[in-house]
Amino acid sequence: MLKERGEHPKMSAPDFIVHDAEDTVGVIVKEGIAANSKLSGWVMADDSRVEMDCIDAIPLGHKIALGDIAEGDTILKYGNDIGKAVASIAKGGHVHTQNVKTKRW
Amino acid sequence: MSAQKIHGFRRENGRVGVRNHVVILPLDDLSNAACEKVAHNIEGCLALPHHYGRLQFGEDLELHFRTLIGTGSNPNVAAVVVIGIEPGWTGRVVEGIAKTGKRVEGFAIEGHGEIKVVADASRKAKEFVQWASELQREPCDLNELWVSTKCGESDTTSGLASNPTVGNFIDKFDELGATTCFGETSELTGAEQVCATRAASPEVADKFLKTWQAYMDEVIEPHKTSDLSDSQPTKGNIAGGLTTIEEKAFGNLQKIGKKTKFIDVLQPAEEPAKGAGLYFMDTSSAAAECVTLQAAAGFVVHLFPTGQGNIIGNPIEPVIKLTANPKTAREMAEHVDLDVSGILRGEMNFDEAGDALIDITVRTCNGRLTAAEALKHREFVMTKLYRSA
Repeated sequence: MLKERGEHPKMSAPDFIVHDAEDTVGVIVKEGIAANSKLSGWVMADDSRVEMDCIDAIPLGHKIALGDIAEGDTILKYGNDIGKAVASIAKGGHVHTQNVKTKRW
Repeated sequence: MSAQKIHGFRRENGRVGVRNHVVILPLDDLSNAACEKVAHNIEGCLALPHHYGRLQFGEDLELHFRTLIGTGSNPNVAAVVVIGIEPGWTGRVVEGIAKTGKRVEGFAIEGHGEIKVVADASRKAKEFVQWASELQREPCDLNELWVSTKCGESDTTSGLASNPTVGNFIDKFDELGATTCFGETSELTGAEQVCATRAASPEVADKFLKTWQAYMDEVIEPHKTSDLSDSQPTKGNIAGGLTTIEEKAFGNLQKIGKKTKFIDVLQPAEEPAKGAGLYFMDTSSAAAECVTLQAAAGFVVHLFPTGQGNIIGNPIEPVIKLTANPKTAREMAEHVDLDVSGILRGEMNFDEAGDALIDITVRTCNGRLTAAEALKHREFVMTKLYRSA
């Protein structure tokens, strides 16, 4: 389940990183990302690149929605279930405690 | 890499230590003052004050003894002076440590008073320190190291880069035949089924899942008053972008690498007994509690990835701090031993980061002080299972 990834060649620094190809969120890895900016992402699992229009100001380490997410949808990261959306989230939006909750405790 | 050596202290029982402490160990809270006085009197002693040791019973008392005896027995400790309020339990700790063959002597305060005990214990501590100061480091194999890991104040950069760097290290050390350990039972919640697939056998997987379930049933469920959203993830985790316990758990699990299987499940502070390999230990996810238990089980060097900048140290086990968060590496630089933020910029891959972590570990084992050691971080926190009688 912990997939081979990350043994990547040197490349230009990404704005966000996605663990696995099926993930529905990525992680912002630069400081000062502003709303309405075009971002370049790196998918670790297959070493591919992806472009996104970021619609919110998202801090370093916080997540960006890679597609439109409906309330009740499962959020996928590491190719696994990390919780559920409790509000709809638009593609390119900020994903965090305001719109995602645990399915556990 | 297998030919690489570290220079460590070979102890009477054959184990390899990377530090040479003379510990002044209190049996109980009442004896902290005497231990601190001895450490003040004699150069090169380390007092380990803590809060417990009175009226404990059952499993909690067994854990208290296991932690104290294990701490004194750790190969990073050359010799031990134990001080307790009365001779019975003091003697039990002394006898437990003596099984390693190392020098240990106990002192009880009742019937003598603290001032006389401080004087007698100081004379013994002076003898131990002068003896220990002549011990020499000698070449030892990398696979003789017992290495523990636990992450803290994690954020999303932990799961992306610093935890997989530890994972790369663990995979390489497992191939060498080293003994390694991870823990944090509650913090695997959400990833527990995936973690179970990393057990070396169905029996070990079953033991792990039962241990995880027991933590849920006995610790979390009876005591929770909310959904733990202010505790697990922590406020720091959330500030760093972690949203749920499941997300934190999958990040946490990156520390055991891509292929290493864990061969047994240890009780808190239990010494591994099944030979070389990766062990899971049932611990809290609070940093100081977890590292104290791992040190008491005999681990001599600790790998601690952090996202937002947990600053923990341990008095006897050097804690190597690494981070992949560029902001933390910059703002918390004095706490960071290894910066792997280059992974996030595409400047460094996991294999290179793992090798860099091996390099700083070898240097630490050869005597380089970690950031936490230089900053005098000595968090020694006993795990208490329930209230005393």
